[in-house]
Amino acid sequence: MLSQLRPALVSMVLFTAVLGLGYPLAVTGIAQAALPAQANGSLVVSNGKVVGSSLIAQGFSQPGYLHPRPSAAGKGYDAAGSSGSNYGPLNADYAARVKTDADALRAEAAAPIPVDAVTTSGSGLDPDVTPTNAERQVARIAAARGLAPERVRTLIAAATQGPTLGFLGQPRVNVLQVNLALDAAGRTEQRPPQ
Amino acid sequence: MDWRGWAEIVFTIGLTLALSWPLGAYLKRVWTGEPTWLDPALGPVQRGTLALLGVKPGTSQGWLAYTVSVLAFSAVGFAFLYAILRLQGLLPFNPQGFGGLSPHLAFNTAVSFVTNTNWQSYVPEATVSTFSQMAGLTVQNFVSAAAGLAIAAAVARAFAADRAEGLGNFWVDVVRIVLYVLLPVSLVGALVLVALDVPQSLAAGTPVTTVEGAQQTLALFPVASQEIIKQFGANGGGIFNANSAHPFENPNAWTNLIQIVAMNVLGLAAVFAFGRMVIATREARALAAVMVILLGAAAGGLYAAETLTPQPAMQAAHVAVGPSMEGKEVRFGPASTAVFAAATTGASDGAVNGMHGSFTPLGGGIALFMIQLGEILPGGVGSGLYGMIVMALLAVFVAGLMVGRTPEYLGKKVEAREIKFAMLAVLILPIVILGFSAVAAVLPVALKGLLNSGPHGLSEILYAYSSAAGNNGSAFAGLTANAPWWNTTLGIAMLLGRFAYIVPVLAIAGSIAAKPKLAPTAGTLSSAGPMFTGLLIGIILILGGLQFFPALALGPIVEHFQVLAAAR
Repeated sequence: MLSQLRPALVSMVLFTAVLGLGYPLAVTGIAQAALPAQANGSLVVSNGKVVGSSLIAQGFSQPGYLHPRPSAAGKGYDAAGSSGSNYGPLNADYAARVKTDADALRAEAAAPIPVDAVTTSGSGLDPDVTPTNAERQVARIAAARGLAPERVRTLIAAATQGPTLGFLGQPRVNVLQVNLALDAAGRTEQRPPQ
Repeated sequence: MDWRGWAEIVFTIGLTLALSWPLGAYLKRVWTGEPTWLDPALGPVQRGTLALLGVKPGTSQGWLAYTVSVLAFSAVGFAFLYAILRLQGLLPFNPQGFGGLSPHLAFNTAVSFVTNTNWQSYVPEATVSTFSQMAGLTVQNFVSAAAGLAIAAAVARAFAADRAEGLGNFWVDVVRIVLYVLLPVSLVGALVLVALDVPQSLAAGTPVTTVEGAQQTLALFPVASQEIIKQFGANGGGIFNANSAHPFENPNAWTNLIQIVAMNVLGLAAVFAFGRMVIATREARALAAVMVILLGAAAGGLYAAETLTPQPAMQAAHVAVGPSMEGKEVRFGPASTAVFAAATTGASDGAVNGMHGSFTPLGGGIALFMIQLGEILPGGVGSGLYGMIVMALLAVFVAGLMVGRTPEYLGKKVEAREIKFAMLAVLILPIVILGFSAVAAVLPVALKGLLNSGPHGLSEILYAYSSAAGNNGSAFAGLTANAPWWNTTLGIAMLLGRFAYIVPVLAIAGSIAAKPKLAPTAGTLSSAGPMFTGLLIGIILILGGLQFFPALALGPIVEHFQVLAAAR
């Protein structure tokens, strides 16, 4: 056993240096130099300020914005504490939460409520909603902003991605992208004619 | 359910299989020391490393010496990691300012990563510093996988040998596997992941003011470098609490595909490398077929369960009919989540891209059963291969009993000693899982950790001990495991699941190596082809079913009928 201690100790020191420091620092160096936007979390800048990451959900509750899925991360959309609800299908708290959320959504519009609008995601930071969920919110957004519903639909379509290669994953709408486009559209249309 | 979902499942598993074949050919060269195209760069590094270790490359170890090396390597690895986690407050690269972990959490976590389990009782982004992620957890992600592959190489040498004493040299095996397989693939893979939007940063995180004016801190880490080895080494421990459901770990369908393929490809490649080394490619194909058939069945079953099971909570709230989406991401949906869940539980990986505890009862039950089948479908890297060989020994033994002949496998007589050790290995799982679960189910201090009550609560307990003993690491995460009872018992379960399995397996390898290699005769049961594949599937399912069906009946199965009753 003792004769095995030298290789065990020496190998762990070497592996810690090479795999634990050399490798991640080398990848960091290359990534920061060659792909800084991705390496720093796909940050989104609006009016010169960082307003979030295109990959991470943030809360939206005003009627003029597209609303994300509910979140179980911390107090909601906590990007330093990702989490799902972990409710089992028969959990009473789960059923109560779904009912409350569904009733609130029904007060907003009569259309059927899609499942993703009343369920929390695995991370609590799902940046997307389904196209059905987005479509259900069009009338509310259009009314709140005084925009034509077709205009809102166009902006949503621009932020919609189909499944990769046609069959990997699901069609999805990036919520932050839609909302920044909505704000930009509002500004251009309010600008007085030159 | 639609054709896209089924196409995704078939494509993902098919791609894994297609890539594992050439990787297996390469892995065999690494195991045997044959020349590879990386020799000019890595040959001197390997020689220098072995010289520093004080290991003579030509020396072969007997099974006992090989076992001692494995244990010494793991023990030192545990000591290093435990120290790093306890002292992280004093160490550099700690921009988050985290303090050290509590003794029971550091014990659990160090055991978890040394045993290739990667069970996590904590919220990583609020607990583990950048230094601990890199120098602690990432290192074990590499070397615990390398240890598994080294043992698989020893087992392959045993079956290839004719009256041999030695199984090879553990230190040579570990160094070669890290240098020639794990490190180059991870270097390239990490950069591919960054190009696909996975972050890689030493910063603590970026505070931002959101569009509506709220404060949000985007936690950052060197994610990509750890993500690739987390999957390629079938480790599974997340940089973030939500693991591969977190958009920074797994931002899109491409990264999702890469992760699923990565977590299974090396486990399958080990099977093909074994076939080449033992000159039994048809027999290896039969083992791979068993793995892929059961993996595919699990993925299909999960997909069906997650899309077809009625949802009482949705019905009561009058929500439109759709797949079960609690705990799932929109960019993945039910099919991507199903194939990921089957792959991660079949592979002893333990990463998740959706929360298993919020799956439908049968979906969660399939994930649980995949772990309980012994983590051999295709199992952890290397560990899946030697686990499957133990099953194959039992299969030829059962077949031998039926026809009254001494069983043989790959030209080696299988006798009482091998079968005794095989049973010893196989029995570890039910003893640990059912024993600890039974105690936890009546112990108030254990029950405090549960989120859900009733059958789902039992499933949380069963899943935790199955995951620990199977060295998987995923969870029904409603369970709050960061408490002395759970951290300690789960740590013990992980240790037994890893080392109480490895020792008998290496003992089998020792006695197999010493036996003469026999040529097949007319009376030899063929261990290739559909008949043996079917026999092996039968043995695996019957063994798993007999051991765990009663417990599953009280957990996921009864919950399924409760769901059906509530949905009426």
